[in-house]
Amino acid sequence: MIRYVSSRLAMAAVMVVLATLVIFLISNTVPGDPVLTQLGDLAASNPATVAEFRHKWGLDLPLWDRYWIFLSGLAHGDFGVSIVSRRPVLEDIADYAPATVELASVAFLLSLVVGLPLGVMAAVKRDSWIDHVARALSLVGVSAPTFWLAFVMLAVFYGALDVAPGPGRLDPVSFPPARITGLLLIDTALQGDWDTFHDALAHLVLPSIVLAGATLGLITRTTRAAMLEALSQDYVRVAKAKGLRARIVVMGHALPNAMLPVVTLGGLAYANLLAGAVMTETVFSWPGLGRYTFQSAVSVDFPAIMAITAIVAAIFVLVNFLVDLSYALLDPRVVKK
Amino acid sequence: MPATVDAPADAPLLQVRDLRTWFLTDAGPVRAVDGVSFDLHRGETLGIVGESGSGKSVCAKSIMRLLDEPARIVEGTILFRGRDLAHLDEEGIRAVRGREIAMVFQDPMTSLNPVLRIARQLVEAMTAHGRFTVAAARTRAIDLLRRMGVSAPERAVQSYPHQFSGGMRQRVMLAMGFSNEPSLLIADEPTTALDVTIQAQILDLLRELNADYGTAVILISHDLGVIANVCARVLVMYAGEVVEEGAPEDLLTDPRHPYTWALLHAAPRLDAETEDRRLVTIEGQPPDPRAWPEGCRFRARCPFAVGKCAEHPALLPVGPGRATRCWVTQDGGPLHPPGRVSAQAAPATTAHPAPLLQVEDVQKHFALPSDGLFAPHRLLRAVDGVSLQVMRGETVGLVGESGCGKSTLARLVTRLYEPTGGRIVFDGHDITHASQADIRPLRRRMQMIFQDPYASLNPRMSVGEILAGPLKLHGIVAGDAAARTRVRELLDLVGLPARNAERFPHEFSGGQRQRISIARALAVGPDFVVADEPISALDVNIQAQIINLMVDLQERLGLTYLFIAHDLAVVRHICDRIVVLYLGKVMEVARAADLFARPLHPYTRTLISAAPVPDPRVERTRRRVPMKGEPPSAISPPSGCRFRTRCPVAEAHCAAEEPPLMAMAGGQMVACHFPGRI
Repeated sequence: MIRYVSSRLAMAAVMVVLATLVIFLISNTVPGDPVLTQLGDLAASNPATVAEFRHKWGLDLPLWDRYWIFLSGLAHGDFGVSIVSRRPVLEDIADYAPATVELASVAFLLSLVVGLPLGVMAAVKRDSWIDHVARALSLVGVSAPTFWLAFVMLAVFYGALDVAPGPGRLDPVSFPPARITGLLLIDTALQGDWDTFHDALAHLVLPSIVLAGATLGLITRTTRAAMLEALSQDYVRVAKAKGLRARIVVMGHALPNAMLPVVTLGGLAYANLLAGAVMTETVFSWPGLGRYTFQSAVSVDFPAIMAITAIVAAIFVLVNFLVDLSYALLDPRVVKK
Repeated sequence: MPATVDAPADAPLLQVRDLRTWFLTDAGPVRAVDGVSFDLHRGETLGIVGESGSGKSVCAKSIMRLLDEPARIVEGTILFRGRDLAHLDEEGIRAVRGREIAMVFQDPMTSLNPVLRIARQLVEAMTAHGRFTVAAARTRAIDLLRRMGVSAPERAVQSYPHQFSGGMRQRVMLAMGFSNEPSLLIADEPTTALDVTIQAQILDLLRELNADYGTAVILISHDLGVIANVCARVLVMYAGEVVEEGAPEDLLTDPRHPYTWALLHAAPRLDAETEDRRLVTIEGQPPDPRAWPEGCRFRARCPFAVGKCAEHPALLPVGPGRATRCWVTQDGGPLHPPGRVSAQAAPATTAHPAPLLQVEDVQKHFALPSDGLFAPHRLLRAVDGVSLQVMRGETVGLVGESGCGKSTLARLVTRLYEPTGGRIVFDGHDITHASQADIRPLRRRMQMIFQDPYASLNPRMSVGEILAGPLKLHGIVAGDAAARTRVRELLDLVGLPARNAERFPHEFSGGQRQRISIARALAVGPDFVVADEPISALDVNIQAQIINLMVDLQERLGLTYLFIAHDLAVVRHICDRIVVLYLGKVMEVARAADLFARPLHPYTRTLISAAPVPDPRVERTRRRVPMKGEPPSAISPPSGCRFRTRCPVAEAHCAAEEPPLMAMAGGQMVACHFPGRI
């Protein structure tokens, strides 16, 4: 087991370093010159200004030197300074990340809490009404475009029915809690500020449903398929032949086997939610990483883009590492003696 | 345990009456079990035989109510200790399952949940019925595993299923089955997936448990030998009904139903010398379960049918303790033995002039993934120094337990694998390390037939395309028209109508698919065919048809066969010479008749002794040489003689020195320090 964990960990570290190399090379080879964007046409027409700007930001150094500076900076937690905000990128990210983490986690929990039981029940009661509901729901979830779903939800529940709050994380009249973790639900709960807690929760409902849609669909489908597969296995028939109750046959025998593909998918889905909420955050004016990414991309803010990409890559590697670990816990065949 | 009104002691334990289990499909009901009735008494051992699709497994699953969708018990009763299992509610049948009736299934590799420890799987079987606390169940699980012959049971319960071999897993399944002391154990093909030596151990265990616990046993098998070995009474099923019932002594020596008769004669016997290599087969296929024919369901294939067979016969007594569903034998007369078509001259087993294939000290080692980054690779010595010769026109059999290297050897001689060492010469060409380009012209001359006719044919290609592929690849035919003509010839050669060229593999039965595999192998006109377990996935009657086809083809085309099988009776039947392998080494080589008459190696002796003969009277007179344990790992084989750890006559000397393969009288060769000691 220790050998398994350490080998996976070593692999993960190698992956992260490789990712930073790819990120660095891509952002240095794509067209789009930050100099032009930052200086504006007039200043950029003056070669001396351009050269000075390049020198200031180290853009005149050789590629490998710059990669080394980038990499050793990363190792010290120095992600550089944003060209746009002139603040350390890490500070920017620390400001934006909690909103995304909160939204993605709530959306992910939502898709697990709904998707897993729905998938299991759909498989157990195959071809019943609940199976049809599950299949319809997952089809809509997977195929409805996020921006469309976001607008429709906002138009119906905020605009027409007025049962949900509008965009943003809090009502403009609410006072944000003192920052502890940056996650509003946790900070308000810790400070006993239940009014703001409810406000934050209400603001999470629509965007998390929108964001959860695709993930929910995938998890329901995968759970259903994996459960159907597991329920058709010989060991399930053996479990029934022992005289076990139906609930134990399903939950104790079929489900643990069906969890393997679901865990793989769930890990990737969570990483995706953390990284890919651009649409939802934009529509719901959510001050998260998605919006930061979008702004950085538009203004060709290379340090910010590289930092975000590196963080996203690290998240994927970390999640995959955790998935590998849970494999070892779920399936004894993964770790051979 | 729910209070049950126990019927009088002499009443049957189980009474099945007119059971009909149908699969209610959209295309109409499939009448899998269609009117089955039988009794089972306390402690009795009942065998159910029949080919796939005869309804024997569905019958067993009906008793446990473990039917798959869309099967339903549409009619009949299953009386078990005063209750009708067919009509119990879910909770009622749950209390019976595993507590009063236990079931052991065919494939031990898939019957245990791979992610749960053995202990948990055994304990929950006991706690589910509230008879044991978890702690008591755990102690009992260890005791049961010990009773079933699992070594170090305290450690075994802590393991996961993948750490066990198939035989060990089946012991765990038996422990599970007996854990609640049920009054009935249903074993559905419990040894079909196991080696013959392990099968013998499991059957012995089953017999002992029946005697010790007084548990009644229903043993379902396609193998008459297995049934004869264990059961006191036999049911023969055909087309969803029981066609014959009786004691194995009567039924297997003097069958009174033509189907039983056909089953018996289709299987080659381990203990019978035959002059003709053709087996008795019955024509055609079992009828369609969607629409059973009027009258006797076997009539269309029956060599004895008379006019009255247009009427459906009832299962009527034909003697003390036996009954049959046949008009022909109603008067009490026996069925005559098959008239053999032995007019044909015996295959010309003349002095074989030259070896077609020569294998010298060939080895194949596979590197296993190493434990750590710097740990050395371990080697799996699948084939570890094998020498053999195959003469032109000869059939050589390769036998041995799974893992002995027989399939690896087959892939070596056809050069699908490259040997690690040694020499392989095919018809004068040294092909040991020949490149793909060099070997290609020879590929035309050596072909393979594989075990699984379902996996070895590409499902997306029509039969015509499958057969034309090798013809075009080797440039044997010019143009599509010529290819089509050759495909028709090939189909005709293997006994399939030419119109089948347009059809796809899934439209064929297993036997027909194996014919297509054979046609594909023969397409390029080989003179050497390696057949790797070509019949082991097939029913007895289909096996006989394929054997007959292979024998015919050998005579007509002068083929040379290397025939791999685990069924000793089949090997004895069609092979001229037999090579016995154990852990990658040759133990014995002999002419087929000599090997069975006078096995010199203790391993050969135990193998033969483990294979059951479908005749209880013969079984009783046979000397049994029990085989100890399971084959050791080929990664670290025992020192000296590899068989010594399981050998009944091994001495200290055997561990020190490896016996060479020595020539004995009559050309027999044996690798043993004490040849012929047992």
